[in-house]
Amino acid sequence: MAATIVEKIFSSRCGREVHAGEVVMAPLDGAMIHDITGPLAIRVFREMGGEEVFDPARVTMLFDHQIPADSIPAAENQADMREFAREQGILNYDIREGVCHQVMVEKGRVAPGEIVVGADSHTCMYGAVGAFATGIGSTDMGFALKFGALYFRVPESIHLEVHGAFSPRVGAKDLILEITGDIGADGATYQALEFSGESVHRLSMAERMTCCNMAIEMGGKTGIVPPDEVTWSYIKDRRGVSPFPLASDPGARYNEKRSYDVSQLAPKVAVPHNVDQVVDVGRVAGTPIDQVFIGSCTNGRYEDLALVAEVLGDRSFSDRVRVIIIPASRDEYLKSLRAGLIERFVTAGGLVEAPCCGPCMGGAFGLLAPGETSLSTSNRNFRGRQGSTEAEVYLCSPATAAASAIKGEITDPREV
Amino acid sequence: MRVWKFGDNVDTDAIIPGRFLIINDARELAQHAFQGTRDEFRTEVAPGDVIVAGRNFGCGSSREHAPLALSGAGVTVIVAASFARIFYRNAINLGILPMVCHDVGSIRDGEEVRIDLNKGVIETGGKTYTTEPVPPFLRAIFDAGGLVPYARALREVS
Ligand code: SF4
Repeated sequence: MAATIVEKIFSSRCGREVHAGEVVMAPLDGAMIHDITGPLAIRVFREMGGEEVFDPARVTMLFDHQIPADSIPAAENQADMREFAREQGILNYDIREGVCHQVMVEKGRVAPGEIVVGADSHTCMYGAVGAFATGIGSTDMGFALKFGALYFRVPESIHLEVHGAFSPRVGAKDLILEITGDIGADGATYQALEFSGESVHRLSMAERMTCCNMAIEMGGKTGIVPPDEVTWSYIKDRRGVSPFPLASDPGARYNEKRSYDVSQLAPKVAVPHNVDQVVDVGRVAGTPIDQVFIGSCTNGRYEDLALVAEVLGDRSFSDRVRVIIIPASRDEYLKSLRAGLIERFVTAGGLVEAPCCGPCMGGAFGLLAPGETSLSTSNRNFRGRQGSTEAEVYLCSPATAAASAIKGEITDPREV
Repeated sequence: MRVWKFGDNVDTDAIIPGRFLIINDARELAQHAFQGTRDEFRTEVAPGDVIVAGRNFGCGSSREHAPLALSGAGVTVIVAASFARIFYRNAINLGILPMVCHDVGSIRDGEEVRIDLNKGVIETGGKTYTTEPVPPFLRAIFDAGGLVPYARALREVS
């Protein structure tokens, strides 16, 4: 029977043919915990009678949400987790490497065809390398750490076919915002979003990550891009696995098919307070902003920062905005540093922080006061997400963030 | 036992804001449930109260602190037109029953409510509502008291 890539991954890992809708207990190729969800997961692992994790080599730990520890309870949580990692022999990147999802992909902790879970909703991003990856809660993670397996309902898929070439300063983030606006905040619940079409295969790994990252904003279980040459060459240096065929069959069943032509796509903005309230940038151009955040697992990679620098040129950021720029990982930071981007941002008046989640989750620093407005390249604009519940968060691409940071108000990046 | 009525797309950031995620204790988390979005909840909620919401309840972050805060407040049943996937699993795993009922529109905030878990029936405002059956595998986890007791009883996973 014709199968989608996600059904094939489950069939191969379960050792029998399974199809969408079935509940299966599937073995796990990897599991990730971070400083926020890790402590609860470890507690559950112990409550379940866990003594040794299923396979220390397949577990990744790191701290990225509240680092360096910004309170004594945060420091205690991290200290407990370090102790657990030592006791179990788990790889712990601690506070060194950056945002969990970026680190998982760039360190080769996930490969095509694998089933990987993370105790964080944006784990769906690893589908960019052709894995089935999904976010779970801490109790599920406790179970996963103990048994190395987890129950899943094999998801149905939505097929997204993308054609055409982006116009300058329009890109993957605008596309995924457009798709989110169309599908809605719960339109993909329980389903996988499969990206295909010539335009998808022209996307860099960074852009694929941006797309898959936001699958959860539609309720999706994962985003996935079937592996191609771009994927295999990215994976080669990181995992050394040789290419093998992995794609949906012609005739595979989808819940829904949508097709996009990006050649006419305008820069998009999600307006407060839902990610699916998406408009063309022109509709909100001129809105004054107090803070711009450029970073996160959605858009904190070198390619994103290079685009910001390109839009910025030798200008300065507006005095009216606080511009916070955070590379998503140490590697992305180093690439940006060597390319002179960091110096450019600091010269322009930006504040560059070490790799971490930063203001994205409103837990650590960079919080908003009541009445303030932020423009952010991250993935969520929920009320209160970046500080006060009386603040407003708009989401956009790195190019739009850069143009707006120059002007001090929301600005079409094609017009600066 | 009263109804706490919410709208569509209640996200886990609203249920428990990011700055409280350093807390791991259910009772302590409950003291911050809906802080900033519905401030009377944490002081007035009583054990056994029922949350009734529209579509996509619990969307967004995977933080289990959200259902944990609600269970710390004594909530054991949430009725919604639909649930976000991760929240749904987390709730079952913690022994909270997420009940799907498409017809929640006429249920009003503050009404007294009675629930028959086995029949999947809700009575409130003089009306009776039927909820969708919970898939048997998930119901078994809920009946065990959550995934921890379920896993304790599990000898091996095939
Ligand atoms: S950057 Fe934001 S969305 Fe990504 S893992 Fe961190 S808090 Fe979550």
